[in-house]
Amino acid sequence: MKKYGLVLGLVFVCLIAFVALPVVAQAGGTIKVGEINTYSKLTNFTIPYRNGWQLALEEINNSGGVLGKKIKVISRDDAGKPGNAVKIAEELVRRDKVVLLMGSFFSHVGLALTDFAKRNKVFYLAAEPLSDALVWAKGNRYTFRLRPSTYMQAAMLATEAAKNPAKRWATIAPNYAYGKDAVKSFKKVLKTKNPSVKFVAEQWPALFKINPGSEIQALAKANPEAVYNVTFGSDLAKFVREGKLRGFFKGRFIVSLLTGEPEYLDPLKDEAPEGWLVTGYPWYDIKTPAHSKFLKAYQAKYHDYPRTGSVVGYSMMWAVANMLKKAGCTDTEKMVDAMEGLTFQCPFGPVTFRKMDHQSTMGAFVGYTALKNGKGIMVNWKYMDGKDFLPSDEEVRKLRPQD
Amino acid sequence: MGPIIVQFLTGLSDAASLFFVAAGLSLIFGVSRVVNMAHGSFYMVGAYVAYFVVSFLPRGVFTFWASIVIAALAVGLLGVIIEIFLMRRLYKAPELFMLMATFAVLLVIADLSLWLFGAEDKIGPRAPGLDGSFNIMGALIPQYDIALILIAPVILLGLWFLLNKTRWGILIRAATEDRDMLAALGVNQKWLFTSVFFLGSCLAGLGGAIQLPKGGADLLMDLNVIAAAFVIVVVGGMGSIGGAFLASVLIGELSSFGVLVLPQSTLVMMFLVMAVVLIIRPYGLLGKPEAEEHLPPELVESPLRPASLRLRLLGLAVLLALLGLPFFGGSFQLVLFGEIAIFALACMSLFFMMGPGGMVSFGHAAFFGGGAYAAALLVHYANSPMELAILLAPLCTGLLALVIGWFCVRLSGVYLAMLTLAFAQICWSIVFQWSGFTGGDDGILGIWPSKWASNEVVFYYLTIVISIGGILILRYLLFTPFGYTMRACRDSHLRADSIGINVKRQQWFSFAVAGVFAGLAGGIYVFSKGSVFPTEMSISRSFDLLLSVLLGGIHSLSGPVTGATAFIWLEDKISRVHFWRLILGSIYIFLVMAFPQGIAGYFSKRFEGLFSGQK
Repeated sequence: MKKYGLVLGLVFVCLIAFVALPVVAQAGGTIKVGEINTYSKLTNFTIPYRNGWQLALEEINNSGGVLGKKIKVISRDDAGKPGNAVKIAEELVRRDKVVLLMGSFFSHVGLALTDFAKRNKVFYLAAEPLSDALVWAKGNRYTFRLRPSTYMQAAMLATEAAKNPAKRWATIAPNYAYGKDAVKSFKKVLKTKNPSVKFVAEQWPALFKINPGSEIQALAKANPEAVYNVTFGSDLAKFVREGKLRGFFKGRFIVSLLTGEPEYLDPLKDEAPEGWLVTGYPWYDIKTPAHSKFLKAYQAKYHDYPRTGSVVGYSMMWAVANMLKKAGCTDTEKMVDAMEGLTFQCPFGPVTFRKMDHQSTMGAFVGYTALKNGKGIMVNWKYMDGKDFLPSDEEVRKLRPQD
Repeated sequence: MGPIIVQFLTGLSDAASLFFVAAGLSLIFGVSRVVNMAHGSFYMVGAYVAYFVVSFLPRGVFTFWASIVIAALAVGLLGVIIEIFLMRRLYKAPELFMLMATFAVLLVIADLSLWLFGAEDKIGPRAPGLDGSFNIMGALIPQYDIALILIAPVILLGLWFLLNKTRWGILIRAATEDRDMLAALGVNQKWLFTSVFFLGSCLAGLGGAIQLPKGGADLLMDLNVIAAAFVIVVVGGMGSIGGAFLASVLIGELSSFGVLVLPQSTLVMMFLVMAVVLIIRPYGLLGKPEAEEHLPPELVESPLRPASLRLRLLGLAVLLALLGLPFFGGSFQLVLFGEIAIFALACMSLFFMMGPGGMVSFGHAAFFGGGAYAAALLVHYANSPMELAILLAPLCTGLLALVIGWFCVRLSGVYLAMLTLAFAQICWSIVFQWSGFTGGDDGILGIWPSKWASNEVVFYYLTIVISIGGILILRYLLFTPFGYTMRACRDSHLRADSIGINVKRQQWFSFAVAGVFAGLAGGIYVFSKGSVFPTEMSISRSFDLLLSVLLGGIHSLSGPVTGATAFIWLEDKISRVHFWRLILGSIYIFLVMAFPQGIAGYFSKRFEGLFSGQK
């Protein structure tokens, strides 16, 4: 028995040695870029996202790379823990000597990296985190953000929603920073456009733990004319099904954040809601040359259609490549200067990283949901450019610490 | 009137879904004492299997219900496989070690599910024949909700019949009461345990499958349901199926009406209920006091001995290597080893109350994260310097531990552990919800070390001095009268009581000491990361700590340090590849099988001759 144990011990040591083998081979003539995201959770977003940046990386390197060098991305999983993300960032910067960091999904992970970037003077491009604080209250010189923020997306929806005569509104949003911000911004913008609206009920389910029946019942009690929904993923599916069965959506105007994104709309299949006002990504209908080129390349490589995450990943990689070209070197201060005001083509169209708050002007598609061939789609949509849905420069200056 | 009735019925149908999962967990725990972390995974697999079987078979009332049964049986089979190949080898190991094994299974199933079932969420099929709604005085309720409300009592009755009226049930109840006696009477326990595991897993699979028309299948289900299931089991009283039913109804209704009054209550409602119930009834609603646990003689550990000269030399060598690290290691090595040292201190504090103190905590992150928050808040609001913040953080968590401990030490075993979890969740939700003060889940940023310590080498030394210092103090404490008294209370509280030791007070103070040192670890941790978020107080952080201690071994003084090192290091190395949870889970399973006393426990036993002896 003892011998058996010793053998097991040896096997274990070998296993460790195998795992610990340096994964990253040193290569000359490359620019190393660190990428961090929550790959082991929220796979329905992160896997298309990874496909997206890998496609862009391939395109960039096949066309000769940047500054005469190829780009090499070192990609890591933070498991959704900000502490892990900071540790990984330390390792990427100190040991792997990456020139910049990019990625992340959760707002809290993004904020931890924002703070890390500020202290260590490392360039960080936040891809997905939507938190307003990332570029405003906690913004700093070294952090940029690609996606339209919670505020921008909520403002787009509110601007459209204000055209509806509904006066009594109810809200349902996951109980965490994103949900709270999304409700706050929506209320604020809707009230400025339409001062007579009233918010009569609100529900705050815990993220991915919605009790759809009781919460819908509680909302229905207030008898709102319109409902603003921020839930997504499995919460959304439960909300939609239960709401239909309980007749909650009948005769009500529903406005829903992110619901038009294929990540969240497609799993609903033929139960996708109809006539909801949503933000999303109607990849099947966008005919601009920039998008068609992206769509063709993506489908050729993965035999699958792109999700919103794919566009985010793809655009993030191209933003970095364009920035490096403009900076002409990998010095952090020069890269930051180059990124400020940089304009590049993403599949949605031209996007600029604003100098004043480092937010990109990437927009989103706003439209109505419909059913077609047993699948949810977006119709009557239009692309809303992010630059039109930001607070005034003065307000932003007040929000953001000036360095 | 209609809406109130519907609200009530909705609560009942939520209760039914909760009951299916919790009943299986309660059954497994009652008989085999396995705290089955993989129960949520069985639930998830049940949902996925049913989803695919339903989509494969032609649509119809019969095929729908058949699919649910097939899914339940398939999951039962999976449970049997895991029981035979993994659990069976471990019944001799300390009970808590099973928790570690099932946690490893959870990791493996999580990644296998991603690989097998795909990343996209699946929306459940509607139940044929039950896809409409009933109108109750003007308010609509889905027909399927009514079906669930009716099915739950049927399952309850079936289980009651099985346990009370069949020979198998009598054996099961005998096993719950006294395993050794049953074995002495010649009952083959092996297959009894396997059959219980089968039934329990079946119920989990059934729970996952039957909720399909209410939701669907997604990859986060496993972790989302497990905490709720444990709460129900504990509130009901472990091993009591009727209790689980009662608890489900209680929590289902309170949540259903809770959202009418306070919509934010969803975060914390069930943990509040659990805390209140456990404070009033220490063994849950219908639970019975646990029989005195008597360990098999080979597991009663020999008293802890002070380190021998050789072991001290080894310790000194490790310390010297750590102190010399800045001269030969890269700058990232400093970060990594600094984190390991902090984590080791936190684990040591947990070990202190778990091993020698005999009080298992599922909520130690309350003190670790609490320390981090105390320090961060002091810096953020009072502009206090780093030194003061690190000093005050352990005091704050010490006070917190005094409050929480006062309630917890009146309980024992898993009930105590679950009460610590309840309090940790309550602390977490306060931090999470009170965004005006704590920043909510956007956390507190910009907490960096004072100027003199901002150099990475200086900060590394500071970390090492505080962490190793804390570990050595805790170790020293175990060899003082305080430590010996603590162990006396664990080993036999009757005898300890009869020689005049106030057992509860002793446990209360040990609890507080553990809280102080976890807070110290948290205090320094926040300065190494520069920011703090509620995740540091969450359940998953508590389990990180618990796993590390188990990994090292709870009967060895060097266990927590070894375990923390292995945990952080493995996670750091393995998380580089895709499907790393699968690999990490497999390694844990391997470690559990190879070292049932923990890594350090194994080596201290293996090399007993080398390191024991007083000379």
